[in-house]
Amino acid sequence: MKSKLLSLSLGCALMSGSLFGGQALAEDTIKVGVLHSLSGTMAISETTLKDTMLMLIDEQNKKGGLLGKKLEAVVVDPASNWPLFAEKARELIEKDKVSSVFGCWTSVSRKSVLPVFEELNSLLFYPVQYEGEESSRNVFYTGAAPNQQAIPAVDYLMNDIGVKRWVLAGTDYVYPRTTNKILEAYLKAKGVATEDIMINYTPFGHSDWQSIVSDIKKFGSAGKKTAVVSTINGDANVPFYKELGNQGITADKIPVVAFSVGEEELSGVDTEPLVGHLAAWNYFMSVDAAVNDDFIESWQKFIKNENRVTNDPMEAHYIGFNMWVKAVEKAGTTDPTAVQDAIIGVTVPNLTGGYSAMMPNHHITKPVLIGEIQNDGQFEVVWKTSGMVVGDAWSDYLEGSKDLISDWRTPLSCGNYNVKTGKCSGQQ
Amino acid sequence: MCLSPKSTRCYRILLILTLLSFLPFAALCHAEGSEVQFQEGINLLTQKDFTKKEAAIEKIAESGDKRAEAVLRALLEGTLFRVKKDNSIVYGSKEGSKITITSILTGEELGSVKKRKAKKITINNALRTQIKNELAKIELSNPDAKVRLDAVNKLMPTLTIESSDLLANLLKKETNSEVSDALKASIAIIGLRSPEKEKRLLSLTELKGNLNPAVRNELNRLINEEQDKAVLHKAKSALSTIESKIAFFGLVEKGFFGLSLGSVLVLAAIGLAITFGVIGVINMAHGELIMLGAYTTYVIQQLLPDSIGLALFLSIPAAFLVSGLAGIVIERSVIRFLYGRPLETLLATFGISLILQQAVRSIFSPLNRSVSTPAWMSGSLQLNPILSLTTNRITILVFSLLVFAGLYMLLKKSSIGLQVRAVSQNRAMAKAMGVRAARVDALTFGLGSGIAGIAGVALSQLTNVGPNLGQAYIIDSFMVVVFGGVGNLWGTLLGGLSLGVANKFLEPWAGAVLAKILILVFIILFIQKRPQGLFPQKGRAAG
Repeated sequence: MKSKLLSLSLGCALMSGSLFGGQALAEDTIKVGVLHSLSGTMAISETTLKDTMLMLIDEQNKKGGLLGKKLEAVVVDPASNWPLFAEKARELIEKDKVSSVFGCWTSVSRKSVLPVFEELNSLLFYPVQYEGEESSRNVFYTGAAPNQQAIPAVDYLMNDIGVKRWVLAGTDYVYPRTTNKILEAYLKAKGVATEDIMINYTPFGHSDWQSIVSDIKKFGSAGKKTAVVSTINGDANVPFYKELGNQGITADKIPVVAFSVGEEELSGVDTEPLVGHLAAWNYFMSVDAAVNDDFIESWQKFIKNENRVTNDPMEAHYIGFNMWVKAVEKAGTTDPTAVQDAIIGVTVPNLTGGYSAMMPNHHITKPVLIGEIQNDGQFEVVWKTSGMVVGDAWSDYLEGSKDLISDWRTPLSCGNYNVKTGKCSGQQ
Repeated sequence: MCLSPKSTRCYRILLILTLLSFLPFAALCHAEGSEVQFQEGINLLTQKDFTKKEAAIEKIAESGDKRAEAVLRALLEGTLFRVKKDNSIVYGSKEGSKITITSILTGEELGSVKKRKAKKITINNALRTQIKNELAKIELSNPDAKVRLDAVNKLMPTLTIESSDLLANLLKKETNSEVSDALKASIAIIGLRSPEKEKRLLSLTELKGNLNPAVRNELNRLINEEQDKAVLHKAKSALSTIESKIAFFGLVEKGFFGLSLGSVLVLAAIGLAITFGVIGVINMAHGELIMLGAYTTYVIQQLLPDSIGLALFLSIPAAFLVSGLAGIVIERSVIRFLYGRPLETLLATFGISLILQQAVRSIFSPLNRSVSTPAWMSGSLQLNPILSLTTNRITILVFSLLVFAGLYMLLKKSSIGLQVRAVSQNRAMAKAMGVRAARVDALTFGLGSGIAGIAGVALSQLTNVGPNLGQAYIIDSFMVVVFGGVGNLWGTLLGGLSLGVANKFLEPWAGAVLAKILILVFIILFIQKRPQGLFPQKGRAAG
């Protein structure tokens, strides 16, 4: 039935194409919104994701499009301005009538567009690791939840490196604060004493790291193995690592494990003093897999630059886009409600050689990798989880969130169902 | 190897090898087995498993082979490769798409292979620590005293009771006083674990005032475990001496951090002090002129990729010219039409700042550019085990003082400086005396902008070179100028340095975010009390 429908619509599309020429075809496209900042502070990270989406859409069109129609990217620039994200999202959905949107980077931009997507019932694919504590019917979280990045990284440091003292350093906004809250609760549950945890927050774009690095050095000289868990975001990382190098803190003394530093961020840095510091992601460019080699090759060809790197959020878009395509094919329509039902359970290949599945809580399954920075700006995988980890929207280590689950399948269809009280509060 | 026992250096090596054999972490030195063991170790390196590599490093280090040091060092630096064809381990150096390989065993060149045909032997942090410790043991016999000192310090946290005799023997042979002191401290640390009370007391006397972190940790351990009251008392007093010293050096360090942050503020603000002070223009594009200077550094480094240090020096005049010319163009094309209308100038220059940012985004891409730091500007100056000052900060502190002095001399001693001061104090009177005020305005604006460019060169060494560089500093610059007193260079210097120091003293107590807020609140209150800033401008025009 499904394939018949598909061939029928394909035939229709072909016929209309041959009858009315290119113009009719152009009108009959499936529009995909791309909501990434192309100017302002976040342009540094988000521009790459816009290009990734253009490449994925382009490739899909070369394969014959979707449901017999061509895909058309609608790119807007929310300019790193959080309220503007909401306006641009509304514009994409109401004016351009896009069938889904791929976008956002910072959590605050996601929080800003969330009510728009829920009100207008459209779909958002969010490709960046985030702090969890959220699950919306209209959002698909293809980046890592804390249990797919932060918790395994801490486990690695604790069990494999023997770290006893912890510095939780982050930029002062919602993602680091929530992640550190989860990590602090987790560490304490593992028996780490309060005086062995140091927490520090810095503003966006902080560049004077002298006293903080000096504090870390003092904290780390107490004779116990110390590590820094860094949720420092964006380009503040460059002066941070520089200062670490200058003050002689090398990775074998105090390793830094970062959740926001990937290949893209390292491409503007002299990596010599960083060698050995760690990052936890679900994908590294250096991963040895045929599908990854193909992706890198087509990316460098698309962007016309052999030195461009790939990174984790790009993989998330790759997975998210393919899941959406598969779900649309399964549903036979781009109608958001139909796609929401169809996408749960959809499984597509990821770039590390395995398969990722969309779970009922709108998070996906991913492997967790820990890599050490090498002097060529790439990561060498030193540890990975044995299997796929299911993203958990509600952390098991926070009061008030550990009893919540999210399941968007009928009959439950709830983002924050409390298993103790048996009630669904709010998100449904 | 050592045929003549009279040679002192040979004697030392022999001695150390024997000594090392007693250390728990070094095995016996088999004269015959060494070659086999070395070879076994090298063969183990072909394995991908990190635990196998760990065994390999141990074997290589224990073999006592004279090639061991070079192999371990190459492994640490990532210049050891496995040739895929015959699974052999070689030294390699990358040149373009090829790798030139050299034999480990014989040291002869083996030609080159394609990049994909050889794979780098990767290591992780645990292995890195292991190699560094093994190397430190070998380095104990290094002829260079500084290397020996580093080696002793590196091994200090891993000492055990068994190492005490050999350290004493090493000490007998040691000629350098610093290394002797470090060895004595190491012996004393072991002495603290001695069951004899006298020995523990003696060790405490020796360690009094020693700032090495290993000493402090050992004392803390002792205080927790000690039963004897006399020893306990002495240990506590030794620890408190050390801690008061640490507190003192912590204060020194904080002061330095403050001065260094202040010097950056002064550099960024001093150009603004000139344009704002003399012409009274609120130049919102000042930050972008700093950014232009930083990008100039980047471009010159791209042109001279092999001599980063020279490129940095050349960048100073180049950035001055680029930003200065940009400043003059801005003044001639926009600002001069808006004199006396501060609000419009503010908006116009804000517009210019956006234009410049977007221009840089279009030309250089929105991504940050990487500006390299020359070797002499990285690392730090180790004054004692707990106080080290980073070289890049020292350089920039000195540099900003030089820029200040130069600018000060220019304004005080040259004729253009005289004219600038005349116009700033009383424009009408200066005009009447034949000073071409319009020309002076343009030159002053160019000078202030040029200084901003120089600040950009310095900032490129500290922070990211990207389109947003300027925005990060514009607020701070205005803060310094307003606080210091408009149009007064001394005010800018003192204002910048004191804000820097205040910030650094507040930061550990309030956190980086709150410290900034507190400083801002303080300035607002200060301006209420003294609207003219620290050093108000004298003269009739300054009303």
